[in-house]
Amino acid sequence: MKKIEAIIREERLEPVRKALELVGFAGLTVSEVSGRGKQKGVPLQWRVGEYRVEFLPKLKLEVICHDDDCQIAVDAIIKAARTGRIGDGKIFILPVEQVIRIRTGETGNDAV
Amino acid sequence: MDSGDTTWLLVSTALVMLMTPGVALFYGGMVRRKNLVSTLMMSFGAMALGGVLWVLIGYSLGFGNDINGLIGGLNFFGLNGVGQDPSDTYATTVPHLAFMMFQGMFAIISLALITGAVVERIRFSALLMFGALWLCLIYSPIAHWVWGDGGWLFNLGVLDFAGGTVVHINAGVSAMALVLALGARRGFLKEQMEPNNLPMVMLGAALLWFGWFGFNGGSALTAGGLASNAFVTTNTAAASAALCWIFLSWRHRRPSLLGAVTGAVAGLVAITPAAGFVTPMAAIAIGAVAALVCYGAMIFKIKRGFDDSLDVMAVHGVGGIWGALATGIFASLAVNSAGADGLLSGNVELFLKQALGVAVTAGFAFGGSFIIAKVVDKLVGLRVKEPEELIGLDIAQHAERAYGGSIR
Repeated sequence: MKKIEAIIREERLEPVRKALELVGFAGLTVSEVSGRGKQKGVPLQWRVGEYRVEFLPKLKLEVICHDDDCQIAVDAIIKAARTGRIGDGKIFILPVEQVIRIRTGETGNDAV
Repeated sequence: MDSGDTTWLLVSTALVMLMTPGVALFYGGMVRRKNLVSTLMMSFGAMALGGVLWVLIGYSLGFGNDINGLIGGLNFFGLNGVGQDPSDTYATTVPHLAFMMFQGMFAIISLALITGAVVERIRFSALLMFGALWLCLIYSPIAHWVWGDGGWLFNLGVLDFAGGTVVHINAGVSAMALVLALGARRGFLKEQMEPNNLPMVMLGAALLWFGWFGFNGGSALTAGGLASNAFVTTNTAAASAALCWIFLSWRHRRPSLLGAVTGAVAGLVAITPAAGFVTPMAAIAIGAVAALVCYGAMIFKIKRGFDDSLDVMAVHGVGGIWGALATGIFASLAVNSAGADGLLSGNVELFLKQALGVAVTAGFAFGGSFIIAKVVDKLVGLRVKEPEELIGLDIAQHAERAYGGSIR
């Protein structure tokens, strides 16, 4: 089992959600995060003068999948999240040791 | 000069001023978080722009010496001749300056109301340019027709106690024209566009309700029985419409706060032209029907896929039209001897005049605003670029954001 962690643009959430659902991934966790990549922050203004916001708001998606399905989900995310401009985000794939469904106690692949 | 009248008009002017930041919060709470600063800025910008334009030229075009019943002359340009003594024609018991500023607040809020239809995609520079042209070429002439000495609708006997026609029909229909020139938000009806802050919406609506006592009560231009009648009809219609909308949303699903406050605003809009001509019992009916027609207008708007984003046409346009017609139905000489009798008192004529007033105001506001919008589009471009719209207008247009903090 794998966990896909994707950092995406806030405004791409809806397209990504739809794309994932289309290939069979209905369940996911989303959190509001802040971060920076190579593009660094963005300059904002205060009464007089400027200041930099060093971290930009992004969304983090977490999707758990079977090993074999991982590429399908990743492809769907990339396709829906990409704009081609700096700041499209990154995807991390991590191994998952165990999955347990709290309601039933199922474990492993059955619980994904 | 009457010190009681003057006090009430000055207080009313300040009350109406507070309505525009009320509009800002009312609208600001309904947009997505990335466009909150921009939405607030549109209303505050109207206060800045309108506050200067009105004393320079707007008041004169509305209330200066009549030219063929259509527009005021330039005799009050730069407040020339508008001083501490009362005017010969308008509100003759208060300083002319007080009357002028009271009228100015109406012009300012009218422009702020329009912004609700075009939030989340209009370029700020384009809005300022549209606003300046609109105040001089659309608002002031209509104010002259309805309220100006010699204005043709005024002479005809069309009744508009506090601006149902001048402010609300005008703003609603102009907003619709501007949306037509500007287009819908990206993702409209395809993506979730959830209000970012309902408490802010409620606070804005509450400030509107509060300020409306000055808007309608102050339009009596005297502190006495008529102002009190307008005060009571205003509160009653707002409450009646809010109650009706609570039940409408309940019937649909659950009693909604956004519905209740929207209903209150619809009721306030509808009672505006009638406040000093009808009884408090009529206000109950006017408010309840306002909720029904505005609710229907919103359903119609969504079916047609028309992105009047925060329902300026559905609430102010449709509510204003209903209010103007309702004045022709419920008006009574027993309430205001300077008014007229309506349908229920057996007089058909007033109702027909009100309908004519609605038609010509709506026609002129729509056509004129559409032309102004097209001109502004040619000059600076009405719409922000696509990436700016996606990032949000706060950062893209103003380099500011609503909520700070080290990481968000």
